[in-house]
Amino acid sequence: MRKNLNVIAAYSIMMVLILMVGIFQSWNIALSIFNLCLISAVMTMGANIQWGYAGLINFGIMGYTALGGLAAVLISVDPVQEAWRAGGFDILMSLWLIVVMVLVIRFILKRFEKSKIRTYSIAAIIISGILLIRFSAEPGIEAIEAVDPAKTGFLGGFGLPIIFSWIVGALFAGGLAFIVGKVALGLRADYLAIATLLISEIVIAIIKHEDWLTRGVKNVIGLKRPAPYEVDLQTTDWFIKLVEKFNSGKLSVIENLADRQAALNQLVIEGSSVFVKLCYSGLFLVVVIILLILTQKALYSPWGRMMRAIRDNEEAANAMGKNVVKQHLLIFILGSAIVGIAGAMLVTQDGLFTPGSYRPMRYTFLIWVMVIVGGSGNNFGAILGGFVVWFLWIEAAPISLFLINFFTAGIPETNALKAHLIESVPYFRFLLMGLGLLFIMRYRPKGILPEKIEIK
Amino acid sequence: MDFVNAIILLLNYIFIPALTYGSQLALGAIFVTLIYGILRFANFATGDMMSFGTMATILFTWYFQSLGVSLGVLPTALLAIPFGIIFMILYMLLIDKFVFKYYRHQKSPPVQFAMVSIGVMFVTQAVVRIIIGPGDRRFFDGEKFIIKAREFKEMTGLNEGLALKSTQVITIFVTIVLVSLLFWFLNRTKTGKSMKAYSDNEDLALLSGIDPKKIVLVTWVIAGILATIGGALYGLDKSFKPFTYFNNMLPIFAAAIVGGIGNPFGAFLGGYVIAFSEILLTYAYKKFFMYVLPESMEPNSLVQLLSTDYKFAVSFSILVIVLIYRPSGIFKGKVL
Repeated sequence: MRKNLNVIAAYSIMMVLILMVGIFQSWNIALSIFNLCLISAVMTMGANIQWGYAGLINFGIMGYTALGGLAAVLISVDPVQEAWRAGGFDILMSLWLIVVMVLVIRFILKRFEKSKIRTYSIAAIIISGILLIRFSAEPGIEAIEAVDPAKTGFLGGFGLPIIFSWIVGALFAGGLAFIVGKVALGLRADYLAIATLLISEIVIAIIKHEDWLTRGVKNVIGLKRPAPYEVDLQTTDWFIKLVEKFNSGKLSVIENLADRQAALNQLVIEGSSVFVKLCYSGLFLVVVIILLILTQKALYSPWGRMMRAIRDNEEAANAMGKNVVKQHLLIFILGSAIVGIAGAMLVTQDGLFTPGSYRPMRYTFLIWVMVIVGGSGNNFGAILGGFVVWFLWIEAAPISLFLINFFTAGIPETNALKAHLIESVPYFRFLLMGLGLLFIMRYRPKGILPEKIEIK
Repeated sequence: MDFVNAIILLLNYIFIPALTYGSQLALGAIFVTLIYGILRFANFATGDMMSFGTMATILFTWYFQSLGVSLGVLPTALLAIPFGIIFMILYMLLIDKFVFKYYRHQKSPPVQFAMVSIGVMFVTQAVVRIIIGPGDRRFFDGEKFIIKAREFKEMTGLNEGLALKSTQVITIFVTIVLVSLLFWFLNRTKTGKSMKAYSDNEDLALLSGIDPKKIVLVTWVIAGILATIGGALYGLDKSFKPFTYFNNMLPIFAAAIVGGIGNPFGAFLGGYVIAFSEILLTYAYKKFFMYVLPESMEPNSLVQLLSTDYKFAVSFSILVIVLIYRPSGIFKGKVL
């Protein structure tokens, strides 16, 4: 118990902070912060597996998040029959061509010795293959995008419950990580960082501009939900009764029957959105707890010890007969898959997929700040990092507004400097994040909850 | 005649824009490469430092404009750049003193430096946005065109026009002067040579009495000059927006690595490699073939290898390929 005291203390403080938001601002805000904290925690767990366990630096978190989001769209949206009829055949043909191309390249790689001719012929196959695919897919893509472009204009998905996408998102992200890992894992740390950052930008470019698959910047809205809709709840009897019961004290004070009914209606509307958010919180909490148990088990298993050995001394681990390349690839895939789950969760919660909103600041660098601040190598630290940083990211604007008003209290409202500062309040969150990262790295380089390995 | 038209077409839409864009990237890439070669870390704050320098330049430009000072046909920003540079260098030295110096003395691994530079990136981004705001700023004044497309057509009687913006000429001219001065400095002066020695082998350089403090100082000064001028030229040619500058970090990194990181000349050429491949691969060649080929063979489609949406993706793909097959870059940088 004693040794876990700082963990318990840190989490209690965090919970108190969120409760305070609930009491002083509103429960709606508190719950939406809490939900995004949970999603961030899943992301940081993914990044922490890669960085904390194995020392692999992955700046492509944005790409895996977006792929998870794409999975949510492809799983939950109903298929657009007309689009499939218009261009489905061309698309399937092109997919087939890609498979053939990959198989041919694999065959050449296996069959022939490494030589200049082999390299050039592979390059020729890739280039001619891309041209061929472009020509064969072009009419199909145009036909699909012409199908009712204001509403659909894409192939749609499979029409399954959106929860499945959490698994599929992990598969998508893991698949991409397999390719990226095969290609880039041999690079030195800072090169790997740059390469993964750029690859994630390529992924975003593809998602943004292949309208037939993702609707691109036209966004997909109105995704299915695993939770009930607010509008339905507001007309359900048991829910109204529940709200009445919860607020019976408050309601009984009101004498007038009409007033009481109006107050109840207001409470039901507020309560419904809180209830929906609570449903999401429950689902997300389950994911976080499952992942936490799994990652903790992995950390203290022989496999976890091997990963730490590889992280701390690659050559020695290699000499002991551990396959460093294979393990690096494995952990790269695992970590990215977890990030993919988070991506799907995020889109599930929002109910919409907006490729334009994926930006490296928010989805890559902020997650890294969370990992570093929380404590890399320690799962509890990583989750705490997700909570603390997301909380500050959201609450930075109100806090800085309060501070500006406090320090410039004597200056009139019309003062140009004060007006300018108040206008730029949203950007103080960057300052806060940057300073926080710099201070943590300087004075507590292992994070708030540092890695502690006990040998049992 | 058709042949001349085709050449003019390529000049107007490919060669001149790519040369301009390449020059802007090249200055940034040399900045990245110098920091990497001498201070030994990948600086993720590159784009934002450039936007800080540009911001300082814009503020001085506005100040000069309010005073009524101008350079006539040339943009006022040229007058403001030296002041912008001073501010940029001061900011960089401040950051070095409070942030990077500690890790240099600790001999931290490059990854830790990169993480720290992300902190600097956040802070710089906040500073720029708080001071000047996140919006689009144009600060160009003076004569916009040297040759207008219509005038060129009238002058030569050709079908195709050639437009030459003054910012393009300024960019190319300034880049040539700056880069030649820089290479003269690095290769001919004592300080420049000692910088190279420090980059090649730190211990040996220290043994031979090179003062590391001076090297670091000079590196930041050069970096400040490059960042401000590169950023200001980009802002003059297009427009200034903090978010665009942050994004520009990526092709700049690509240019520096393609050219062989740690090798300034490679970075200089890398800028053009990236710019030209981006524009060559995403240009629609239909009109070009219409001039060159006989009528019966004219293409129906746009003859575009990749849609312009994938402009950034092109440079990143090149980088990934180079990283995999030749991690030391095309022009042999540090072997890493």
